[in-house]
Amino acid sequence: MGMTIAEKIIALAAGADKVKAGDIHTVTLDRMMSNDGTTHLTVDMYHNQLKHPRIADPKKMVFIVDHNVPSDSPKTAASQKKMRDFAREHDIDFWEGQGVCHQIMMEHYVCPGELIFGADSHTCTYGALGAFGTGVGCTDLLYGMVTGTSWVLVPETVKFHLTGKLPQGVYPRDLMLTIIGTIGASGANYQVMEFCGDGVQTLSVNDRMVLCNLAVEAGAKTAVFEADEIALAWLEERGRKPKAVFKSDEDAVYAGEYTFDLSKIQPVAAKPDFVDHVVPAKEVCGVKIDEAFLGSCNNGRIDELRVGAAIVKDRRVSDHVRFLVVPASNEVYLQAMEEGLIDIFMKSGAIIMNPNCSVCWGSCQGVIGEHEVLISTGTRNFKGRAGHPSSKVYLASAATVAASAVRGEICTADML
Amino acid sequence: MEQFTGKVWVLGDDIDTDIIIPTEYLALKTIDHMKQYGFSPLRPELAAMIKKGDIIVAGRNFGCGSSREQAPEVIKALGIRCIIAKSFARIFFRNSINNGLLLMEQPDLYDDIKEGQEITVTVNQDISYQGKSYKVSSLPDNLVEIIHAGGLVKAMRKRNGLD
Repeated sequence: MGMTIAEKIIALAAGADKVKAGDIHTVTLDRMMSNDGTTHLTVDMYHNQLKHPRIADPKKMVFIVDHNVPSDSPKTAASQKKMRDFAREHDIDFWEGQGVCHQIMMEHYVCPGELIFGADSHTCTYGALGAFGTGVGCTDLLYGMVTGTSWVLVPETVKFHLTGKLPQGVYPRDLMLTIIGTIGASGANYQVMEFCGDGVQTLSVNDRMVLCNLAVEAGAKTAVFEADEIALAWLEERGRKPKAVFKSDEDAVYAGEYTFDLSKIQPVAAKPDFVDHVVPAKEVCGVKIDEAFLGSCNNGRIDELRVGAAIVKDRRVSDHVRFLVVPASNEVYLQAMEEGLIDIFMKSGAIIMNPNCSVCWGSCQGVIGEHEVLISTGTRNFKGRAGHPSSKVYLASAATVAASAVRGEICTADML
Repeated sequence: MEQFTGKVWVLGDDIDTDIIIPTEYLALKTIDHMKQYGFSPLRPELAAMIKKGDIIVAGRNFGCGSSREQAPEVIKALGIRCIIAKSFARIFFRNSINNGLLLMEQPDLYDDIKEGQEITVTVNQDISYQGKSYKVSSLPDNLVEIIHAGGLVKAMRKRNGLD
């Protein structure tokens, strides 16, 4: 019986010849990432609850301030100072205000074949490069930081066979929301979503990140692509080398299989308050909006900024709408400036923010008020996620978000 | 076998971490400051009504969403003895064990139960409600050890003879 990509990564990290779904293994972690959402809690536990606190390998640790940056209150300033001081004292790589944590990790650290824990649920993004990234809480992160290891239950893998090519005006985000709408918010609970098929060749690393990033919204432990030529070329451009490049074996065992024909995907939206309440975008057209958000670890990269800018070019954002544009990293921001995209957004009346998690996590900036409506390229639309409990969040592609910002109500780009 | 009886609060499917503890309260200094806002987007009155030893029964995918460990911590601080759901989201499941909060998966109880009634839980065996027994599967011994110790760090301290 063969192994899947995810099983091979776990086997390598566990020093085992073979693992199978359902086994529990102790693994050596290749890297750990923690952000300002919970690092202060990890640091408190480290100082107050351990008798002989130590860090197994500081070089494997990355701390990133991205959730509340720049700090918005004395409380967040204090928790970030705790994180900053700890990182400096222990010689841990520390990033602040340079980008959303998963974007920084992808730009600078993640390599195919690695097993990475991140104290953030969207750590599953790293599967775009053939790595196994998964979200954990601050206690698991602490354990990993101190021992260099953790335990994993080997998850089952579900195969997502992608065929064809997305139509013009339809984006990977439409595809992933469609998949989540099909399988449900716990449709891949505890499983790995493996993407394969000829459709994969039409997807860039950016596109693959969009798909993997939202896997947790279907309950998945992670998602993964094979590190093919596209992924390896991307990696080489950044001067990094894979730890290991794995393919799933012909006789690997899958818990299920789905096929999605990319050419049939249409623009969609996830309605409040659940990510799997997915409907064709046309069905929600006409809903008045108060704010539009283009950004996040899911959809704030150069590809999405290009899409958004092309739509608002020579147009004005509606007088009734605040349109927040938040590049996912400074690298993305610089690229957008070089391409003139920032000029286009500013001339349209958009508000350009520094790279951070922004309203996607409902704090720091852009939080919406009572009964307000947000259309967002963020990760979640849970009740109250973006602010007041009575407010509503619709999730859609960068194109639909930008078009809606111009119209003042939800509409697709072809309706402008 | 550990056994306890408690009053039940019933919540639905897909109870997410932002309902359990909204982002805006995460900046509060301690879990004790946060706990009054537990479940507030869904049921603002609930946190004040929960008594020590109460039990939550919910549908599928309880705890979906963020990796914020404050979610199980708030539930524990409110006095909830255990959560019984059709299924749990995986990060929340791990975080709960690591904080000593007992979770059980049970597929049928949620469909039968009414809020405010009492159930008797026999850990690793069954749940008794109105004379009917609902089977639960056993948790592995090492997870039971962590829950009994009050969480992963406490279990490690105990194992290393520090407490």
